[in-house]
Amino acid sequence: MKNKTTLIKNGRVIDPANSIDKVCDITIQRRKILAVGKDIPADFKADSEIDASDCWVLPGLVDLSVYLREPGQENKTRILNETYAAVSAGITRVCTMPEADSPIDSSATVKLIRNKAKQAGFARVSVIGALTEKLEGEQLSHMGSLKYVDCVGVSQGREPIKDLATLRKAMEYAATYELPLFLHPFEHSLMSAGGINEGALATRLGLPAIPVAAETAAISQILTLVAQTQIPVHFCRLSSAEGVHLIALAKEDGLPVTADVAAHQLFLTEMDASDYNPLCHVSPPLRAQRDQDALRQALVDGVIDAVCSDHQPHEVDAKLAPFEETSPGISGLETLLPLMMRLVEEGLLNEAQALALITHKPAQIAELESGTLSAGEFADLSLFDPNAFWQLDANKLVSKGKNTPFSGWGFNGQTSQTWVKGKVVFSR
Amino acid sequence: MSNINSPAPVSTTETRLIPGPLPSSLQLTEDGKLRHFLTIEGLPPLLLTEILDRADQILNLPNTAQNKLPLLRGKTVMNLFFENSTRTRTTFELAAKRLSADIINLDIRNSATTKGESLLDTIRNLEAMNCDMFVVRHPSSGAAHFIARYCAPHISVLNAGDGRHAHPTQAMLDMLTIRQHKGDFSPLKVAIVGDIMHSRVARSQIHALTTLCTGEIRIIAPKTLIPQGIEEMGVNVYTDVEKGLEGVDVVIMLRLQHERMNSALLPSVREYYARYGLTEERLNLAKLDAIVMHPGPANRGVEIDSGVADGPQSVIMQQVTNGIAIRMAIMSMVMGTGLVGAKE
Repeated sequence: MKNKTTLIKNGRVIDPANSIDKVCDITIQRRKILAVGKDIPADFKADSEIDASDCWVLPGLVDLSVYLREPGQENKTRILNETYAAVSAGITRVCTMPEADSPIDSSATVKLIRNKAKQAGFARVSVIGALTEKLEGEQLSHMGSLKYVDCVGVSQGREPIKDLATLRKAMEYAATYELPLFLHPFEHSLMSAGGINEGALATRLGLPAIPVAAETAAISQILTLVAQTQIPVHFCRLSSAEGVHLIALAKEDGLPVTADVAAHQLFLTEMDASDYNPLCHVSPPLRAQRDQDALRQALVDGVIDAVCSDHQPHEVDAKLAPFEETSPGISGLETLLPLMMRLVEEGLLNEAQALALITHKPAQIAELESGTLSAGEFADLSLFDPNAFWQLDANKLVSKGKNTPFSGWGFNGQTSQTWVKGKVVFSR
Repeated sequence: MSNINSPAPVSTTETRLIPGPLPSSLQLTEDGKLRHFLTIEGLPPLLLTEILDRADQILNLPNTAQNKLPLLRGKTVMNLFFENSTRTRTTFELAAKRLSADIINLDIRNSATTKGESLLDTIRNLEAMNCDMFVVRHPSSGAAHFIARYCAPHISVLNAGDGRHAHPTQAMLDMLTIRQHKGDFSPLKVAIVGDIMHSRVARSQIHALTTLCTGEIRIIAPKTLIPQGIEEMGVNVYTDVEKGLEGVDVVIMLRLQHERMNSALLPSVREYYARYGLTEERLNLAKLDAIVMHPGPANRGVEIDSGVADGPQSVIMQQVTNGIAIRMAIMSMVMGTGLVGAKE
């Protein structure tokens, strides 16, 4: 390594985990953060210096839900492409989720993903393994082995689980190995493929309807199991005001639960699908304006603990069909930070609050030592130019998935440089 | 900083996703002429009246069956049916033939798509065969809209039924039938009875009736067959068939698909007929001169009594005849040909 020590000068350092938000210097030594601001030793001599005036220095973002598609769906994309897309947007650690076509249910698969990610050398990849074999919802997965190869949690993905007895046993088995549980609150009997939010719009468009009860019924069931077993559960991808309300009540009752929301839910509603726009086909579906408002308020109130991209890159054909027949999901890595900064512009959150939701708070949920600029941590950080105005062009996304409904949106601020483990891995 | 090994740039494919206009605006040209016929929603009332007037004109031409109109001579129409249909497909075929078009029937369920060909590929291939109009029936809502958005600009798309969304030609032939019997729509009370939830016909009828300023539209069904938020389309909802039929001018019965019976939606055919079937006694609750309509094919003894279906108030056969005229009218309009001097 050429640069053993580095000094990043005069940037606005925002590190919500350590309550830092000021213009100061930050030093890196042997790939780790040495010190920030006045903690920097007076005799520190940097091999190289970076002038970050007019830039923000942010902790590397932590994304709780990214579908890397490999192994199993290499036609969509590969780990190399998506981890590079992540660092291009300031995300230095992604948690990859299991899905039916790429169920991460064996230690061999976990090792393969980790090796590919290591070879690529971009964003760090933490693996969330399958809760059940092949995600079929019947037999428990080999969670002992998954833990042994450093899975950071287990999830049933978006797939159904056979019954509550199986879910309860799976929760207990995961707790045996202290694996955090990431559960989507989906009551599958109330859902249908290709559906949108139940209501007047779904009726007019003649699309299958997914009621809010699909979410609330599942949350209620899982909460009763949490109350019974006291096993912590993280609820993935809330979509409704009623869902938020149930989580708020559970937190008031002292249940060990956390929750996240996908960034697109904070900016889109069902009306965005009113022209059958398949780019707005997501699961859980986009809901009404009042739901969006409640999800936003839940960020302020602390009911929702994290925001993720729920990145689902698709090949173009997956979205070139009548709405019902398209695959759900948005290619979201590159809009996670820009959308969060838009919440700041709109006055909902300040910078530190917005960043906390995509850095140390998600890291805490997955029990990762990431998302901070604390001394001694690996130097995962990014430089962000708050004055760069840019317009998103779907076809110019770094991700292989061009499926974003935000094409044409203008954003203030852009990641200009990203560091992972003390090395620059992206520079604009 | 120099040794960043970024992955090879991704080549962007030719076909791009186009988030497009609403279906209703997609179907009109810039000067407000009909270009596609995808849904009634959003069409101006004058345009609906023009369709009805033109269909009336066609019905008044003598012996249309023998003397073909040359309006679509040299044009090729493709019937693309991704789903079963007898009546609709046949009437589109007859309508095209009476307008002197060449028509080709493609039963796509049994060919390309079962070999894994995508809908877009199918459309591209058919486009390459130089046709002028696609008549599309598809099981997915929004399919006709999708095809209209992506097909070549010279092709007109007529929706012959997409999922639960729309069946606009059926609705227009129903409007023609109502107008022939009742004239003005504004004083009318119209009841639509049956499986509203799964019915594209009902949705299109509701849009057509509201656009034509119908006095009152009622839908009558058990709660399991009423979709959420239907009131916002401008209808009054009744679960009691006797109350709903009281004093109406038009009764439209919907077909109850077999797969809906004996399921979580309805306990049995017998109970449905007992509670919602249109019998002589129930029809007597409507106005004395009420007409009875059905988009066909009717399930006798399920949603409608045989005696009523064949009775003096039934106009079901007239609907079928009107179907050909309406489709001729719409086909000639999207091709931009007038009727004046059309007869040979």
